[in-house]
Amino acid sequence: MPTVHSVLPTLAPLIPEIILSVGVMVLILYGAFRGERSTEGVNVGALILLVLAFFVVIGQAPGTKVTTLSGAFIQDGFAKVMKALVLLGSAAAILLSRDYFQRARIDRFEYPILIVLCTIGMMVMVSANDLIALYLGLELQSLAAYVIASFHRDDLKSTEAGLKYFVLGALSSGMLLYGASLIYGFTGTVSFPGIVSVLNENAGFGIVLGIVFVAAAMAFKMSAVPFHMWTPDVYEGSPTPVTAFFASAPKMAAVAMTVRVFIGALPDVTAIWQQIIVFIAIASMALGSFAAIGQRNIKRLMAYSSIGNIGYALIGLAAGSEEGIRGVVIYMIIYLAMTLGAFAIILSMRRRDEMFESIEDLSGLSRTHPWMAFCLAMMMFSLAGIPPLAGFFAKFYVFAAAIKAGLVVLAVIGVVTSVVGAYYYLRVVRIMYFDEPKAPYEAMPAGSLIVLTLSSIVVILFWLLPSPLVGAAGAAAKSLF
Amino acid sequence: MFGLGILSGLLIVPLCGAAFILTLNGDEESVKRNARWAALATTIVTFLLSLVAWNRYDPSSPSFQLVESHAWLTESIRFKLGVDGFSMPLMLLTTFLMPFCIGASWHSIDTRVKEYFVAFLVLETTMIGVFCALDLVLFYLFFEAGLIPMFLIIGIWGGKRRIYASFKFFLYTLLGSVLMLLAIMAMYWQAGTTDIPTLLQTRFPAHLQTWLWLAFFASFAVKMPMWPVHTWLPDAHVEAPTAGSVILAGILLKMGGYGFIRISLPMLPDASHNFAPLVFALSIVAIIFTSLTAMMQTDIKKLIAYSSVAHMGFVTLGLFTLNEQGIQGALFLMISHGIVSGALFLCVGVVYDRMHTREIAAYGGLVKRMPLYAAAMMVFTMANVGLPGTSGFVGEFLAMMGAFKANPTVAFFSVFGIILSAGYALWLYARVIYGKLEKPNLQGILDLDTREKIILAPLVALTIYYGVHPAPILDVFAPSTEQLMAGIRTALSNTQTAAAALPLAR
Repeated sequence: MPTVHSVLPTLAPLIPEIILSVGVMVLILYGAFRGERSTEGVNVGALILLVLAFFVVIGQAPGTKVTTLSGAFIQDGFAKVMKALVLLGSAAAILLSRDYFQRARIDRFEYPILIVLCTIGMMVMVSANDLIALYLGLELQSLAAYVIASFHRDDLKSTEAGLKYFVLGALSSGMLLYGASLIYGFTGTVSFPGIVSVLNENAGFGIVLGIVFVAAAMAFKMSAVPFHMWTPDVYEGSPTPVTAFFASAPKMAAVAMTVRVFIGALPDVTAIWQQIIVFIAIASMALGSFAAIGQRNIKRLMAYSSIGNIGYALIGLAAGSEEGIRGVVIYMIIYLAMTLGAFAIILSMRRRDEMFESIEDLSGLSRTHPWMAFCLAMMMFSLAGIPPLAGFFAKFYVFAAAIKAGLVVLAVIGVVTSVVGAYYYLRVVRIMYFDEPKAPYEAMPAGSLIVLTLSSIVVILFWLLPSPLVGAAGAAAKSLF
Repeated sequence: MFGLGILSGLLIVPLCGAAFILTLNGDEESVKRNARWAALATTIVTFLLSLVAWNRYDPSSPSFQLVESHAWLTESIRFKLGVDGFSMPLMLLTTFLMPFCIGASWHSIDTRVKEYFVAFLVLETTMIGVFCALDLVLFYLFFEAGLIPMFLIIGIWGGKRRIYASFKFFLYTLLGSVLMLLAIMAMYWQAGTTDIPTLLQTRFPAHLQTWLWLAFFASFAVKMPMWPVHTWLPDAHVEAPTAGSVILAGILLKMGGYGFIRISLPMLPDASHNFAPLVFALSIVAIIFTSLTAMMQTDIKKLIAYSSVAHMGFVTLGLFTLNEQGIQGALFLMISHGIVSGALFLCVGVVYDRMHTREIAAYGGLVKRMPLYAAAMMVFTMANVGLPGTSGFVGEFLAMMGAFKANPTVAFFSVFGIILSAGYALWLYARVIYGKLEKPNLQGILDLDTREKIILAPLVALTIYYGVHPAPILDVFAPSTEQLMAGIRTALSNTQTAAAALPLAR
């Protein structure tokens, strides 16, 4: 009796997404009925939803690979880890936002709802097993992201950021669709396993063109060079908690999606896309390192830093091996901790209702707030890749994979740009530790404190007990091969 | 204890001390006082613990001892510690010098005292870690981690151009080291492990050896520092506080030499043999050129810094002679230079604390007011020159003897280093200590106080003791050196046989 259970698809792998979707509907209704007074409740509710979904994802059986919705949706070890990261990033974005929005008097209930919607989109991106599902997830994520970029709607910069993000994002979506349609046209299928079975090493020009377009759209979503131009402006213009969000969760999803497409759907044409990824990686690392040197605004600095970091993560993808993907996953875990930690501190740079964003405003922080300065210094050293901090291990695994794959030139360029990048990270440390102090900031808001504590623990103590995270990343990578 | 060995203990004790100092609270003066005493106590306990380790160590065996291995990154990248004849003396030197550094900072550091001692204790852990690590990734981890506290020490408590100096120090060493990291990865994929004892038994193919050697060379040459990548050192020395200079000259510079003897020579013998002429050339340039540069300096610290570069030239020269005398001499010189240059910087610190200038021209005739100081400085200056009867002589003599055996021309040029070092060191001594006591602000200068006597006396004693009786140190080096030489000889003769057999095979 094969027809009986085909009426309803298997829903078990979708439980986290279902929890979030149903939950967010309830929250919208609650918000709509109670109006502005509901903000507190919606925030807490969204946080609970994300944490609940996180634990469901974590609890999913390891090592299984389940597809559902006619093969459009896949749940495997890789999706599990990346979804957990996305959920952590989103939860942190809500924790970090409360104090800021209250002070900016834009404390509305739509923000957590948009974050959760965005998260659902990201989870679909991570789990997409065909091009249509991928596009649906991507659009859900992007549309929510455009809105929250301009969440501070009376602020010129914020609205500009939202508009810029939207126009350029729409362009990249168009490129993705165009590339996807080319791939569909030349293979006759949209499903990733289907594409794998059709493609072989002598793929035609149409396929190559399709891959180039898809790669361009992916590069845009990951903010990799040469499609990075929106990043500094959007990061600077958006409200800071939103910037923290953009730098964390969507990055996880974009990288996961890229890995899924290139490793999941195009493993037999590695020779074609490897050169694209190598180019993107080199360009991102170089631009991320050199362009950040002149930055004065710490949000712009973090934007260039994130461009550079994506370049490093892509080294692992360029290797195209299991070690490489393990490196990418480890890189993303550690990058999430470093970015959230850094933003938790940036969000604490405030006196009365004024927020500070210039790097010079960190001057002498080590005297006024020794612990805050210490944590930010550790984040900076970690971003620079100095051992024993976690950032070193992130780089270690991707570079090791590159060396094994014979990409020695790429690895050498990578380490040299990381030294250039170290210069501007050190500059932040210098300003905090070597310069004269200014007036102290107010005490850190509770949300930031939680995020900072957790991320500092990961960054500073990773070297003492690396095996759990490395093991999880190894399992995630294994499920793709 | 807790499944950890004594070497883990040596890593943990300074960290515990640092954590304790961080928790200190109360009014400013008492925090400062407690931080100083806590740091001193920690470093002394660490030193005593290292003596216990020394007691358990069997110097007649060339193998790794006190080994402990814990699960870490993967099955083949482990948290493995151990010491042998090369690392044990350097580790003892580290723990021995630390209390002196704390003592030297007693009064001269008066701002942010807590942070200062925390940085120093963390630095101690990383230095001990470098010498104990028996896994290349772990070695790299400690090798690089030391940059963070040193960067802060130079940058926060340094002199006028401290920011420039700290950045230069950090970026220079980082650039060298990252290439080493890639080489470590290449070794890992080649041998399947980063375990140092296993890698010592591994033979790498010749073409790979060349690249690996160059990558490691980039790192160790900067750290050493060898000419022409030495320029960070004078800046860092001049700007660092006294104790920072002592550690820089005494320990951090030795990491380069230790890297050569631990990794480049035994693991990459063919490449080391092939590149020896390059190292000789750079060493000769370093010895002659930086000695001449040292002569023209007007800043005492800068002069000693350049003399360090020259002495490190002897170390690289000795190491790459690839014979027993040369290697033994280089190793002995590393220990001796660690004590002597550290002591010289402490001596500079003594007058700097009083006059707040390091200009040679600002001094003169100190012997009239400071006879004890003049005597101590005399011993260290003579050791720096390499006068027989001081520890400096033994190392330089052995290194040159090895060089003569390997290549008489090289030995010929290196002798100029001795002559020139006599020139700059004696001239410095004459200008600072002798002459007329004319400067009005020097009239009231006081001789060594009790704290300074306690700091300098043991160093004077050791300098002379090892000068007349170098056997205790050389005997520790001997078994490991013999084993290293045996390995290099087999490797080189294998290569020659293979090269000789090649035409026949065709």
